[in-house]
Amino acid sequence: MSSEGTILDIQGPIVIARLPNARIGEQVKLGSQGLMGEVIAREDDRAIIQVYEITEGLRPGAPASAVGSQLSVELGPGLLGGIFDGLQRPLKTLLEQTGERIERGLMVPAIDRNKRWPFVPGKDLKIGAKVSGSTILGSVLENDSITHRILMPPDVTGELDDLVPAGDYTVDDVIGRVRDTQGNIHKLHLSSRWPVRIPRPFSKRDHALQPLITGQRIMDTFFPLLKGGKGAIPGPFGAGKTVLQQQIARWSDAQIVIYVGCGERGNELTEVLDTFPQLSDPRTGRPLMERTMLVANTSNMPVVAREVSVYVGMTIAEYFRDQGFDVVVVADSTSRWAEALREVSGRLGQMPVEEGYPAYLGSTLSAFYERAGRVETLNGNHGSVTLIGAVSPPGGDFSEPVTSHTKDIIQTFWALSKDLADARHYPAVDWLESFSLFVDVAAKWWHENINEDWMRLRNIALRLLSESEELARIVNLVGVEALSGQQRWTLETSKLIREGLLQQSALEPNDSFCSPRKQFLLLKLMIEIHTRGAEMLKVGMPVQELLRQPLLAKARRWKISYSSEEIEGLEQEGKAIEPIFDALRAEYASPLAKGESAARTGAGPT
Amino acid sequence: MSMLEYRSSAWARGGLLAMRNVPDVALGDRVVVRDHLGRQRSGQVIRSSEELVLIQVFEGTDNIDLERTWVRFLDQPFELALAPEMLGRVFNGVGQSRDGRPPIISRLSRNVNGAALNPAARAYPREFIQTGISTIDGMNTLVRGQKLPVFSGSGLPHNRLAAQIVRQAKLLFHGEGKADSQESFALVFAAMGVSHSDARFFEESFKESGVLGQVVTFINLADDPPIERLILPRVALTCAEYLAFDLDMHVLVVMTDMTYYAEALREIATGKGDVPARKGFPGYLYSDLAEIYERAGRIRGKAGSITMIPVVSMPSDDITHPVPDLTGYITEGQIVLSRELAAANIQPPVAVLPSLSRLMKDGIGEGMTREDHARVASQLFASYAKAQEVRSLAAIIGAEELSEEDNRYLQFADAFEQRFVSQGEHEDRSIFHTLDLAWEVLSLLPKEALTRLSEKDIEARYRSPDSE
Repeated sequence: MSSEGTILDIQGPIVIARLPNARIGEQVKLGSQGLMGEVIAREDDRAIIQVYEITEGLRPGAPASAVGSQLSVELGPGLLGGIFDGLQRPLKTLLEQTGERIERGLMVPAIDRNKRWPFVPGKDLKIGAKVSGSTILGSVLENDSITHRILMPPDVTGELDDLVPAGDYTVDDVIGRVRDTQGNIHKLHLSSRWPVRIPRPFSKRDHALQPLITGQRIMDTFFPLLKGGKGAIPGPFGAGKTVLQQQIARWSDAQIVIYVGCGERGNELTEVLDTFPQLSDPRTGRPLMERTMLVANTSNMPVVAREVSVYVGMTIAEYFRDQGFDVVVVADSTSRWAEALREVSGRLGQMPVEEGYPAYLGSTLSAFYERAGRVETLNGNHGSVTLIGAVSPPGGDFSEPVTSHTKDIIQTFWALSKDLADARHYPAVDWLESFSLFVDVAAKWWHENINEDWMRLRNIALRLLSESEELARIVNLVGVEALSGQQRWTLETSKLIREGLLQQSALEPNDSFCSPRKQFLLLKLMIEIHTRGAEMLKVGMPVQELLRQPLLAKARRWKISYSSEEIEGLEQEGKAIEPIFDALRAEYASPLAKGESAARTGAGPT
Repeated sequence: MSMLEYRSSAWARGGLLAMRNVPDVALGDRVVVRDHLGRQRSGQVIRSSEELVLIQVFEGTDNIDLERTWVRFLDQPFELALAPEMLGRVFNGVGQSRDGRPPIISRLSRNVNGAALNPAARAYPREFIQTGISTIDGMNTLVRGQKLPVFSGSGLPHNRLAAQIVRQAKLLFHGEGKADSQESFALVFAAMGVSHSDARFFEESFKESGVLGQVVTFINLADDPPIERLILPRVALTCAEYLAFDLDMHVLVVMTDMTYYAEALREIATGKGDVPARKGFPGYLYSDLAEIYERAGRIRGKAGSITMIPVVSMPSDDITHPVPDLTGYITEGQIVLSRELAAANIQPPVAVLPSLSRLMKDGIGEGMTREDHARVASQLFASYAKAQEVRSLAAIIGAEELSEEDNRYLQFADAFEQRFVSQGEHEDRSIFHTLDLAWEVLSLLPKEALTRLSEKDIEARYRSPDSE
């Protein structure tokens, strides 16, 4: 059902048209170029339309037509490895067709129409079988990493009338037919469509059970996020949000990663496009791009398409979830999306509440974040969507509306600090401001798979870090001499934990990804150094002697000296800790030895 | 239609002119406004409906007599005529000649708003530009196609720094192996709301370095109509894109001062009744700034590039002010100037800790600068940050109370500022000189404190002053 009308008023991305029968959410084509937009409100016979493209050149009196459908995305094989704009147009195809600048009014299908995919029908599916939403019809080997499951559209139920044999098919070929209860025939294809603003249905929500392993120590060891969880990375500019998001996209143990660059820098997306094909998944060894998909709506691209892009990414994520995959959606940055909402609401003259944001900001954000989760799919599988949103608070002020609303919704909060970033402490995740609500659940996994001591050691490390914060304040007031030996040792080992464990370089090959085993081992060794040293102090060793140990500088380099595959080397280093302290203890056991040791260290390094 | 003139002005205020009953006007179209004295002003349609057409008038709406103002709709978008002869010329904000020479006539003209670059068409910037300034080359490296703003405050020497970068910027010889000839370099200078003396300073500086023939200047002075500042950067960047991607030139765009640009935007937004977000700036300030900044870059398969150095002054030195704040979110880093350093007579007063270059990591290292560059930079940042802590401690408890190690940090900080940060306005340091200086000051610290450097680096380059 489509209806025709005319444009009445054009103001930036908002167009008002006379379109009597348009529904809210319906897609509209405007002007001779057919610019795409979406009805967001109706007043009498007039429709208020937000336009996904630049409206320059539109004039009053030009035609407007409602096309009858909502904005939807195409779901099927051929999405992975691609880069799409906020409307799911394939940017590489656009580049070939129209050159380096994006032209307006182009509709290019997301998936190549001519490519043939090797389809294998499900073994147990017989003609006449009852099929319903998300039933797996068969599979396509999309690439060497991913076997794509071909699903029934979620909203169709009936009997399978026909299904093609194994063979190569395009996404337009009919691969089968379903007769629904009313006797209507539905054709099946390798791809299907789903409206982006409606969450794809599932059978029920499941508990999230496993931590998402990102290979980043501050995240996995200290503030874990679960598969199916919701996390946020807020931080002022320059604090390293994008690098951290890219690290998650690179190294996390999800099966599918969808990276939504929403209102961010063009060069950063180019970097992802350039580097990901050369990187391989640390677990499978396959190129990362095979499991990755990019949605790119850079900051200079039209603002309404930016608002849509997060929904496009999320809908595609849900589609892979329904196939039984663990999917991670990385949205950089949700603030730009919220600003797009603000811009549209401002143009509509809606009453702003805080900093110009509309009253529905909070509910829109939470409805979106709630699309994440681990679920039992309609076909009985389990899949998850983990959502990690970057937040860009103006002036780094976490009390601003987008950050504070997001903080209420999410379960893991990785707060980035300008001070840490200025001191080049990366990732600049502030261990005092950050939190994770699911440490207990993650602990179960760590205890079963890595070591039962995880929770205890992690808590000791966090305690040392917060104690040292207190101590640093004292030092700043009265100087380090005012501290006891034990306190100075705590200060020193918390510094060791900060530099040797929390700091992690995205650029060092050995450090960029840290396996859970290596994470745990580093943690364990640092705590061991602390405990051993504390014992020494108890037997009367002066703290200066401890601070002079070369072990401390060496331990800071362990993370770089040993890759995740070279755990044995690290274990050897660990075994050397005990003899070092035993030797020290032996020296301090006899007063004679004490004198000797002092003389030796006094002579300087030999 | 372009012959018809309308006299149906409804209202005018703050650079905006509203017209009644003008049919069929396209959004973004260019208009010519003729006032009662016969003077022509140029404008652009920013809202179009059947009842009312809203025009922003670049020369402002001062002295407009509603009853005696005629408006001609040119039925074409705002375009700039482009030709190689633009080099060496001076234009105003709408691209009209300002140097008394004839206008540019060309068959080629382009919409000044440009069109968004397809992210898949971009080439990732990774060619190191040597500016000869240690704090930039060593710690906040600029690469070709980057946008790296200078955040400054009133009275700080941002113009001198920008001019020094323009004079000294060059590629190093390596890799593909050939240095750029003078012809392939161009400078687009976009001045918005700058004072006469600043404009003259830049002109003299370009003349002195002999690049004047390669400079295209777009200028709107402090006493020119502010609305013109809205179109000026777009006009200037349309010219820059032409030079870079049609004529294969490497274009450096210096834009000063973006804060004045944003204030002009606020003025118009207020006039339109837009909902303000922060400090009265409209909610779309981010998108608007991004449309400008994102025009920097490189394109796959094209030889030219656009590197952008916008100057952003921070009102009351407030880095969280919306203009520097949003700029920082869009650009690939920032160079921050510090009032304390300037007061201590450290020139250029670059505050390295809040400064950043995001594209540095891919433009440095073996084959581009030197193998140890990344680690040296990281160590300088870490050590200087630590030294700042020691300084504030010393301010409280007195330097006498500090430990020996802390005292060495104080020495390091002083040497770092005096020898590394501080340099002459005409001192052009090579990157190798910069890195050697870095080692010189780092060697004031004990080896054990240099945990960001590898053992190999330390063995090769650490020269303790005591050991000599």
